[in-house]
Amino acid sequence: METIDKTVIAPGIDEDVLIEEFGYDDHFHDHHHGDKYQSNFVNTYIFSQDHKMIAKQFLITGMIWALIGGGMSLIFRLQLGFPEESLAWLKPLLGKWITISEAGVGKLAPEFYYALVTMHGTIIVFFVLTAGLSGTFSNLLIPLQVGARDMASPFLNMLSYWFFFIAGVIMFYSLFLSTGPFAGGWTAYPPLSALPQASSGSGAGMTLWTISLVFFVVSVLLGGINYITTVLNLRTKGMTMWRLPLTIWAFFVTAILGLLSFPVLVSGFLLLIFDRELGTSFFLNDIYVGGQALEHAGGSPILYQHLFWFLGHPEVYIIILPAMGIVSEVLSVHARKPIFGYKAMVFSILAIGFLSFIVWAHHMFMSGVNPFISNFFVIFTLIIAVPSAVKVFNWISTLYGGNIRFNAASLFGIGFVSMFISGGLTGIFLGNSAIDIQMHDTYFVVAHFHIVMGVAAMFGMFAGIYHWYPKMFGRFMNPTLGRLHFWGTLIGAYAIFWPMHYLGMAGVPRRYYSFDSFETFRHFGTMNQFITIAAIVVFALQVLFVINFFYSIWYGKKQTTRNPWGATTLEWTTPIRPGHGNWPGKLPSVQRWAYDYGKDGKDFIPQILPPQEGESEEVH
Amino acid sequence: MTFLLGLACIVLLTVVVVQIGKVTELANGLRGEEEMQFKTNRRSGMIGMAFLIAFLVFCIATAIYYKNYMLGYGPHESASVHGSSLDRLFAVTLFFTGIVFVLTHILLFWFAYKYHGRAGRKALFLSHDNRLEIIWTIIPAVVMTFLVISGLDAWNDVMADIEEGEDYTEIEATGYQFAWHLRYPGPDGKLGARDYKKINGLNPLGQDWNDVRNLDDIHPSEIVLPVGKKVRVRITARDVLHNFDMPHFRVKMDAVPGMPTYFIFEPQITSEEYRQRLKEYPEYQLPSDPNDPKSDPLWKTFEFELACAELCGSGHYSMRRVVRIVSQEEYDAWLAQQQSYYMSSIRNSSDDPFKGQLLDMEVSMRKQEFDDKLTSARAAETAADRIVRLDYVFFETGSANLTDLSRYELQNVAEAMNKYPEMTIEVAGHTDATGDAAANQSLSEMRSMAVYNYLVNELNVDGSRLAAAGYGSSRPIDSNDTDAGRAKNRRTELQILSL
Repeated sequence: METIDKTVIAPGIDEDVLIEEFGYDDHFHDHHHGDKYQSNFVNTYIFSQDHKMIAKQFLITGMIWALIGGGMSLIFRLQLGFPEESLAWLKPLLGKWITISEAGVGKLAPEFYYALVTMHGTIIVFFVLTAGLSGTFSNLLIPLQVGARDMASPFLNMLSYWFFFIAGVIMFYSLFLSTGPFAGGWTAYPPLSALPQASSGSGAGMTLWTISLVFFVVSVLLGGINYITTVLNLRTKGMTMWRLPLTIWAFFVTAILGLLSFPVLVSGFLLLIFDRELGTSFFLNDIYVGGQALEHAGGSPILYQHLFWFLGHPEVYIIILPAMGIVSEVLSVHARKPIFGYKAMVFSILAIGFLSFIVWAHHMFMSGVNPFISNFFVIFTLIIAVPSAVKVFNWISTLYGGNIRFNAASLFGIGFVSMFISGGLTGIFLGNSAIDIQMHDTYFVVAHFHIVMGVAAMFGMFAGIYHWYPKMFGRFMNPTLGRLHFWGTLIGAYAIFWPMHYLGMAGVPRRYYSFDSFETFRHFGTMNQFITIAAIVVFALQVLFVINFFYSIWYGKKQTTRNPWGATTLEWTTPIRPGHGNWPGKLPSVQRWAYDYGKDGKDFIPQILPPQEGESEEVH
Repeated sequence: MTFLLGLACIVLLTVVVVQIGKVTELANGLRGEEEMQFKTNRRSGMIGMAFLIAFLVFCIATAIYYKNYMLGYGPHESASVHGSSLDRLFAVTLFFTGIVFVLTHILLFWFAYKYHGRAGRKALFLSHDNRLEIIWTIIPAVVMTFLVISGLDAWNDVMADIEEGEDYTEIEATGYQFAWHLRYPGPDGKLGARDYKKINGLNPLGQDWNDVRNLDDIHPSEIVLPVGKKVRVRITARDVLHNFDMPHFRVKMDAVPGMPTYFIFEPQITSEEYRQRLKEYPEYQLPSDPNDPKSDPLWKTFEFELACAELCGSGHYSMRRVVRIVSQEEYDAWLAQQQSYYMSSIRNSSDDPFKGQLLDMEVSMRKQEFDDKLTSARAAETAADRIVRLDYVFFETGSANLTDLSRYELQNVAEAMNKYPEMTIEVAGHTDATGDAAANQSLSEMRSMAVYNYLVNELNVDGSRLAAAGYGSSRPIDSNDTDAGRAKNRRTELQILSL
């Protein structure tokens, strides 16, 4: 089989020939007689140090969390869409959080509604869109695309997954506490998060929430430091920074953002833990709660918000940058064209990464910070629109004049661009503090961030999964179901989140259990029903995706050629099922940038092919 | 049962997936993969175009449908002055982003359709164009600069503090789990000091009652404000973060425990005018109670509202207060009716530091009351009706010793004697019917004498213009069978003898 799967680049030239002739001999085989790191089931599939296996672990764990987090949203959407309907049928699942009246009508307890909202946010932001997205694709693609045998430290890489796993176990356990999981919003603002008297979830639920996230941050840091080191030090011969695919640039900047911002979050959490457990007053001041005046004095709840958003804002770029990288790559490969404006794309990633650190207080315009300070944050926030716009124009130009191959991967890439435009533009409203007075904490915000970092990042993730599925499992996912999944999700996601802009413009606040008591907010019953139904349909489509995913692992169409998409990058020069170490012989050496599609009339020129005679000059 | 049903659904779905998978593979095998891919490309591009059109139509149609419920786009123009500038800014931003949204979406899906892969087509090799990059960097940068400048201009106007000498009303809103507690400064125009350690069931805001500014502070159950006058809201929280959210006024600010925040705004339309505005729209003709078609239409029951917009716990969604904007005259009338919280709930309780003392305002209030009674008594038709009851003259139980606080009322009497130099009066003592009639008679005589003596000796009233008489229980003004009646019957009166 191995002889017929190669990509014939020119008569008599294929990957193996090129790698053998130009590749770099790192004497891989001299000290790897057999794979001593992967000799049995446990160290192959569980405590694996192979970046490809760790990527799959991140992905599948992320998918499980996505189903849990998404499922939670269905329950609270039922409450919002059909507040009169009985939820008694959920009693077996939710137990005491469903109270059944004498008439047999089951009501969701407001405490648990807020716990669901909180857990939905925490799980999706951290476990799905950070670990599931960046964890999966950084792990899978960084060594493969820079031409490395593995991460700089495979052991730390393995630890990174297992810290994430522990974080997940703790968070999952907290769902079953008798006082309920944490219910103070994913931002966990004190004093609500610091006082069990103020909310039952702020007791043991909050303790486990913080511990879980501290473990999670350890996971992010171990992963991030590995990604950075690998990109900087393990690039193969000829792989200069300017020849990196945009995926790697995105993962690289993402890891730097994480490394700089997550520790600040942990420091905020530590101070919060001190306030909770040791009676300090970093964030607490002049509080009377539960019939009692507390001794805490002199702290500031706003300090926590600064610490939280110093992570929180870079975090949204930690989520979206990998998706941007993946989409750039996927669109270019399937449009059969180089990504338009490679350098502009890199500079805009760097600019976005830099700016993401000086805009955090735009989450706090209405929190009581000095209004003068807000001036600076408005300016920097709206500047981000410029590199973001550049990226959008470049993606669209990449499609221009292409020969686009439509499949689930490229469709999700296009869907990502649409979502990023829609959600990004509403950010221009919210970033302007004057408009934010009205829009802050309304459904307009919910619509904005769900579209731009929820749906868009998910679309980037789906594009990546469909595109690199053959690399991960040596098989393809079913393309028809993939396209069905895409069109349904695209329409469904807009059906869910587009109407929320109108709710926000009507001033309807987010995080409301019921709108009945307010004249201003209660006129949108039909819309809320519509949104809920759309959410159920979209969730069902994701179940379809999950089924397609697992079914295809064993029964999907087999990959018969190494480079099914005709891509230039290194990951497609390995055998179909690469072993630990990725390339059986020499490491490939890189001769050109990653986007020679359609050059000189050739469909594509792989990165390992040296410049040919008569080839036009490399300009990008 | 539910679980089984769910499981059955998943199994069924799996079967469907597997079958579709098999069918596509079979079809691919029959027709050739490349040809199938070209077909897919063409079809997907067309679906994309259809989606584009449907999506844009959906966006426009729904926006029009919900227009009259959305603030700033139907009848819901801003109810505050600054809010109009925010609405304008929103509209300007919507204009620019709307253009970008429509154009980029058209290009995105049109290119996707136009350049769908097909047999024999070759992609263009187009790696970059620096001139284009510069253009589409500069255009957004210019638009952003414009938006930033207009935004900051509006923002700094809205956030500016009250200027020196400007007339404004100050009110305070305190968020707690789960309601807003409102406070008005009362006639002195000043909010008194608070200390969270003083909070208890009777003192919900922890007001320091030693601070006299607190004594006239009002705790109303709704926000009432005059139209056309600036309001400075002092926003505080008692337990966790809350957010003072009045959507119609474009007002929103966190309430932070231990750190008061402020928001200044000026209502520009009264509640009633706003209702008249809503009356013009069909959406507001619906019955306000959906279950009762005969209930008042929505426009009629409309009220501005105060809500909470910062998650504060399980009752976050229920922190409603009504906000009424009225004319200055209505406002003044409303304010005059409000009683200070201290007077209604704290005065003379064990928490009252001024218990057993008369406050300046009570002294002046009582004087006013006395003067009113005197004026009407002097105006009475018949001599017998020219009676002023001294409601604040008390004696120690069973004796003729005047209580300490009685001197304030007697001071009023002395001042009245000075004001009307011709007036002569009789001080009349009365008792209730409890006990021995003769003893009551003598007690009433002694008590009237005590008043007489106090007026003459302490307040230098000319004794010749005064008489003293005791009537015992012979002239009750109420039933002697009840406590309240008896309390009324025990009294000291002034009978005006000559004007």
